[in-house]
Amino acid sequence: MQAQATLGRPRSKRLQRIRERGIALLLAGCGLFSVMITVTIIVVLAKETIAFFGLDEVSITDFLFGTQWNPLLGADKHFGIWPLVCGTMAVTAVAMSFALPLGLITAIYLSEYAPPKLRAVLKPSLEVLSGIPTVVFGFFALTMLTPALQWFHDGFQVYNAFSAGLAVGMMCLPIVCSLTEDALRAVPRGLREGGYAVGANKFEVSVKIVVPAAMSGVVAAFLLAIARAIGETMIVALAAGSAPRLTLDPRSEVQTMTGYMVQIFLGDASNFGPEYLSSYAVAAMLFLFTFILTVIGHRVRMRFREVYD
Amino acid sequence: MTTATTDHGAPLNSPPPTPSPTIKTQVSTPVRVSPVQPRKSTSTEPAETAIHIARFNSWYGQMQALKNINVQIPQRQVTAFIGPSGCGKSTLLRWVNRMNDLIPSARAEGELKLDGLDLLGRNTDVVDLRRRVGMVFQKPNPFPKSIYDNVLFGPRLHLKLSKNEAAMLVEQSLRKAALWDEVKDRLKASALGLSGGQQQRLCIARAIAGDPDVMLMDEPCSALDPRSTAAIEDLIDELRETYTIVIVTHNMQQASRISDNTAFMINGELLEFGPTEIIFTKPTDRKTEDYISGRFG
Repeated sequence: MQAQATLGRPRSKRLQRIRERGIALLLAGCGLFSVMITVTIIVVLAKETIAFFGLDEVSITDFLFGTQWNPLLGADKHFGIWPLVCGTMAVTAVAMSFALPLGLITAIYLSEYAPPKLRAVLKPSLEVLSGIPTVVFGFFALTMLTPALQWFHDGFQVYNAFSAGLAVGMMCLPIVCSLTEDALRAVPRGLREGGYAVGANKFEVSVKIVVPAAMSGVVAAFLLAIARAIGETMIVALAAGSAPRLTLDPRSEVQTMTGYMVQIFLGDASNFGPEYLSSYAVAAMLFLFTFILTVIGHRVRMRFREVYD
Repeated sequence: MTTATTDHGAPLNSPPPTPSPTIKTQVSTPVRVSPVQPRKSTSTEPAETAIHIARFNSWYGQMQALKNINVQIPQRQVTAFIGPSGCGKSTLLRWVNRMNDLIPSARAEGELKLDGLDLLGRNTDVVDLRRRVGMVFQKPNPFPKSIYDNVLFGPRLHLKLSKNEAAMLVEQSLRKAALWDEVKDRLKASALGLSGGQQQRLCIARAIAGDPDVMLMDEPCSALDPRSTAAIEDLIDELRETYTIVIVTHNMQQASRISDNTAFMINGELLEFGPTEIIFTKPTDRKTEDYISGRFG
């Protein structure tokens, strides 16, 4: 204590206070910035969407309930969103029925079964998969998956929802797997031991204890993956086609919501007029979907959150 | 893990295994089954050995955790293991139901037998073993399921229970664990909503439901407040008639209160083992005396 009094000059308290304030402001500014970006995007989307619905040839009921999407060709334009929603759904459904089970099983394997050394190799290589640009997946779907599918069954069109969906699923697999695995590993060891202690084998412990205990994290991972699949653009633009069609047949060419936006902004339409503005309405719709998914994900996490310390 | 089901030959089953279709009937009758003496009096005839441990050594990687342990744990009595942290008492306990299998670097050699069943045998059916040996952990670890499903988790793994049987087993197990009255109206509620002491008693009920012969308790009260601790100790007192109980504890008073026999361990060695009364009043080893009287540890 005594020695300290003679050591060095005291720092200015005032300066320290100012610095502390400055840091707090800087951090708040960073936080605010991301909020502002979000708000700006929402405002722009809303503004253009409202402008779209203000047009004479567009009606909001047709948009929400119409089954024909024909904005570009001919004089008789139709703006019914369902064909695009349908295309998105088809691709997402294929992607998720591939990625979710496989991701969950892989995660269980990695977290519960894999020897540490194997895990040390497997997990990073899965994460490399998520670093592959989606355009590569798109070409992969178009040039590898589709021909392979056609070889199996000749009902597949050159552009089809199924091969795009598979590629989207591959793209989502690392997200599902990695997040799910994190959730499974976060389950305390005591729970596993409790399971083993009453005579459960590894499979029973994994499936009946660890997965249920990690349910919130697993569901959150699934929802995040679904949101990614719905928003995925490049793969579907390349491999799913550009024919808005109200069909659930995954073999046929479809157009997704994102695919339509790409089409518009790549110059198939002029920078004004209903077809241009319609892409904003589609984007708003897409935003609504992913927003709802995020909210559900949040709710589920809160609802099923098990408190472990 | 379940490789050894065919191996249930002569040596494994030498004592008749308690028939596993469970549901012990002592539950409803508060009458003690065997006229065991009050624990502080050393019974004259030696009790039968439940767990036989001889020349037992164990390692974690290169580190030797247990050194030449020799001890006979008697049947239907409470045996306490005491000793300073890291002395290997939990390790020893966790070998009895092969919990250490979960730790890749753990290995052991020597003799470890439960009613003649060689626990270290390559072909020992670990799953089967763990059904005969219940375990209660330091921290209550109820599964994130309902109280009802927690109790039935073990039995359901190997039994098909009718609704009635299930309800009966749940009630009996919870009654034995002295938890029934507190939870009977909310059996379907999540077990995680219970207090720490209740959770621990639920874990005991969960172990009881599997109808084990042996109950291992690894510092079962260390995460609990004094009242819950008292409840658990009372419970152990009740259970001593039915089960062979091995308890690891840091609490000297607890060991002296509840156990019939006490083993004192230090640095992976078993220094002293005998009737609790003797260990606590006339220990032969100086270190035991120092530890018990609180001079170290």
